[in-house]
Amino acid sequence: MESIEKEKKSVDKIWSFFASIKLAVVVFTLISLTSIVGTIVEQDAEPEKNIKLLAKFFGDSAPSAFRFLDALGFTNMFHSWWFVTFLFIFAANLIICSLERLPGILKLVKNPIKPLAASGFSSMQIKREVVIKGKTDKVLPLVESAVKKAGYVPAVSNEAEGIQLCAENGRYSRLGVYVTHFSILLIFAGAIIGVFGGFNASLNLLEGTESSVAYLRTGKEIPLGFSIACEDFDVLYYDNSDTPKSFRSRLLIFENGKPVKIDGKEVTEIEVNTPLKYKGITFYQSSYGFSPNKDSEFRLGIMSRDGKKDDVRLKFGGTFTIPGTQVVGKVLDFSPAIGVDKSGKLYTYAEQMHNPAVLIEFSENGKPKYTQWLLKRFPNTWNVADGVIEFKDLWGAQYTGLQVRKDPGVWVVYLGCLVMALGLYAAFFMSHSKIWILIREEKNNTKVFVAATANKNRVSLEGKIDRLIKTVSDKQ
Amino acid sequence: MDSSQFFGISSIAYILAMVTYIAYLVFRNSTVGLVATTITAVGFVSQTLAFFMRGKEFYDLAQLGSILRAIPLTNLYESLVFFVWCIILGYLLIEWKYKNRSFGAFITPIAGMVLAFIDISGMDKNIHPLIPALQSNWLLAHVTMSFLAYAAFAISFATAIMFLAVSSEDEKKWPYITWTVTLGVFVAVLIAMGIDFLVFKVGAHSTESLVKSHLFKASFRNSSLPVVLFSYLSLAGFVFGVWKYGKVLKKIIGSFDISQDMLDDLVYKTIAVGFPVFTLGGLIFGAIWADQAWGKYWSWDPKETWSLITWFVYAFFLHARFLKGWRGDKIAAVSVLGFVSTIFTYLGVNLLLSGLHSYGGGG
Ligand code: HEM
Repeated sequence: MESIEKEKKSVDKIWSFFASIKLAVVVFTLISLTSIVGTIVEQDAEPEKNIKLLAKFFGDSAPSAFRFLDALGFTNMFHSWWFVTFLFIFAANLIICSLERLPGILKLVKNPIKPLAASGFSSMQIKREVVIKGKTDKVLPLVESAVKKAGYVPAVSNEAEGIQLCAENGRYSRLGVYVTHFSILLIFAGAIIGVFGGFNASLNLLEGTESSVAYLRTGKEIPLGFSIACEDFDVLYYDNSDTPKSFRSRLLIFENGKPVKIDGKEVTEIEVNTPLKYKGITFYQSSYGFSPNKDSEFRLGIMSRDGKKDDVRLKFGGTFTIPGTQVVGKVLDFSPAIGVDKSGKLYTYAEQMHNPAVLIEFSENGKPKYTQWLLKRFPNTWNVADGVIEFKDLWGAQYTGLQVRKDPGVWVVYLGCLVMALGLYAAFFMSHSKIWILIREEKNNTKVFVAATANKNRVSLEGKIDRLIKTVSDKQ
Repeated sequence: MDSSQFFGISSIAYILAMVTYIAYLVFRNSTVGLVATTITAVGFVSQTLAFFMRGKEFYDLAQLGSILRAIPLTNLYESLVFFVWCIILGYLLIEWKYKNRSFGAFITPIAGMVLAFIDISGMDKNIHPLIPALQSNWLLAHVTMSFLAYAAFAISFATAIMFLAVSSEDEKKWPYITWTVTLGVFVAVLIAMGIDFLVFKVGAHSTESLVKSHLFKASFRNSSLPVVLFSYLSLAGFVFGVWKYGKVLKKIIGSFDISQDMLDDLVYKTIAVGFPVFTLGGLIFGAIWADQAWGKYWSWDPKETWSLITWFVYAFFLHARFLKGWRGDKIAAVSVLGFVSTIFTYLGVNLLLSGLHSYGGGG
């Protein structure tokens, strides 16, 4: 018996520990203060970066400061066991705190408004008194319609002191706070589902290649269950600038070696804010890179002076003939980002294909004639002496960097967000208001007593009551 | 005329309004008050026009073919200007609702300070086309609502400082110290930035270069130790001065017809508007945008983390008020803390910490 008593006591203790607002304050503070450290110390970065940063505060003892922070988990703190523990304590606090108060609130919400004892009228926050000409049977409908006009549905009852109307609005808005708290838990649950049921991987796909796996940060392979191929990657720029306008990948999905149609199309184009979803896995455009290789292909569109056209694909060092002529072009050189320095010399200013250019040597009957740089982004450089050579692309030299994610919990998180929006709306922009009106005949007139209360926005309720009284007085 | 001229008119109007509101406080002449309101309204209309004109200029430049993507809210400059617009809107609503002009003298200086900050820091005012990550309607809703919330928090902050100034008596007690020190530091930081501008004269081209080569380089971050020491001593001296002579300001406010209850009410009401807007726009829409753009709705990058901290502070504010019945000094102090956190979320992260958010980083 005794041990059961004891057990009960300790359960009670744990319960009241988690139900306390003090704990909430402590956890809020702990999460906030440690998070501040987490925003200063760069997370999940190379040690050197943080040591350099710490040197600003600690000088020579930066390496030991770093080891200290590292040992405590601050270098990857948002995933450290103690930070996650804070979050769980926060959730437990929220659940138990809400459970503790819910019965009282539910009772309040379940019980509709009741007529008020005459003595109650004088103790309400908002109270009014008017005398209306005429008897009750004339005044009652007036009052009733005025109450309805104000947006309330009154219940009429005969009380000892006279006829009473009572009405309320927004009773359920009292639950808004709990809905808000519950939504936090939903978001939390969604995040947990995501952590355990999904993955966050990445995949670099060179143009013209395909893959049936993606890679976790640890390097571990995650099979996709289908394969994905990149047909083309491209960066579009704003006119004459190096500000990118969009990053685009043209992707194909294959199942059992056959291309799959998505929305009726085999090729899906993705951009930064428009990912591709297939079978619960989402592919996001997240980065790109330049990695030329022996299979990379120059794609040119050729037009001779008399309008003959040809499309050619060449490897480095490959040659073509301008149709209808003896002029042969040969790929001599390539720059991913060609620029002109102050002295007029050409140089490569970036490792990425910001401004790709190809150098073509033209010869006729074996004799070199001239060489010319063709810039992909500048059509005016495509004019050569013997025709127009459009530099369409160096294909197979860029890879698209895809973020590959599966998150079965994301819908729970979004649902939580929606619920939170509704809960906050109810908690802040709705109020629970109650109105009581007592009508009592006195000689040939009727005395009307009005009392009202609201848990929020009393001023606006007061205005409503005054308008209601005015409506009745005007009609008398 | 182009948008920058209308922006210019609005800046001058707000600064004039600030002076006029202060004159109104001192002379209590209702004509002066009416003039102050008129000037503010003119500035507001002019800024609204400028906003739409810049939108048009942006639309022509952006080549994205979508009106929604033409909202000029894409870099630090534009966001600060929008912030000013929100504050003035909020103020005009308060003036109209409470039929009281006295706040003008406290809220228009915030607008004036922000505009001064823009010019002093010499930040880039040019229109830049959007980089791909920013081309999202969620981002637009996110940014717009965040600034509305920031403005609401700023007004709450201003009224909280006023409340503390009016209510505090003893200069050795924390309410008095809180408001004088906060006000002192705010103004001193702005002065330091002004000195930077006077010393370097040139404007920075991006927020990053602003931080690296200009910010506080003439004072707290100078290469010479004596200058640094002197700067900190001056800061301390200035704050001490505000502390010492804060009573004068208190007298001015106190002699006016602003009741403590009204201030207390405003401190709460502005947060009651700001908190839900911040939750929905700042946190939820931000998460949805991040999810679309990066494939992660929450990645604990500094901007997100600071938003969460700010959210916690204001959640604490609400609970303290409703559960513990905090009123007056204590709740005003939480509002001050909340706004310090808000400023850090908005500017500190961009200026001092680096992160995923290229937004506002000079892009
Ligand atoms: C950041 C997380 C939280 C948010 C956003 C939040 C939100 C809210 C909101 C908006 C209110 C209504 C305040 C008002 O009426 O103006 C509220 C009330 C309340 N909160 Fe929280 N809350 C959070 C965490 C917590 C935690 C951890 C606890 C538990 C200790 C808690 C306990 C309460 C209680 C008991 C009330 C009053 C309920 C009532 O009036 O019946 N909250 N909360």
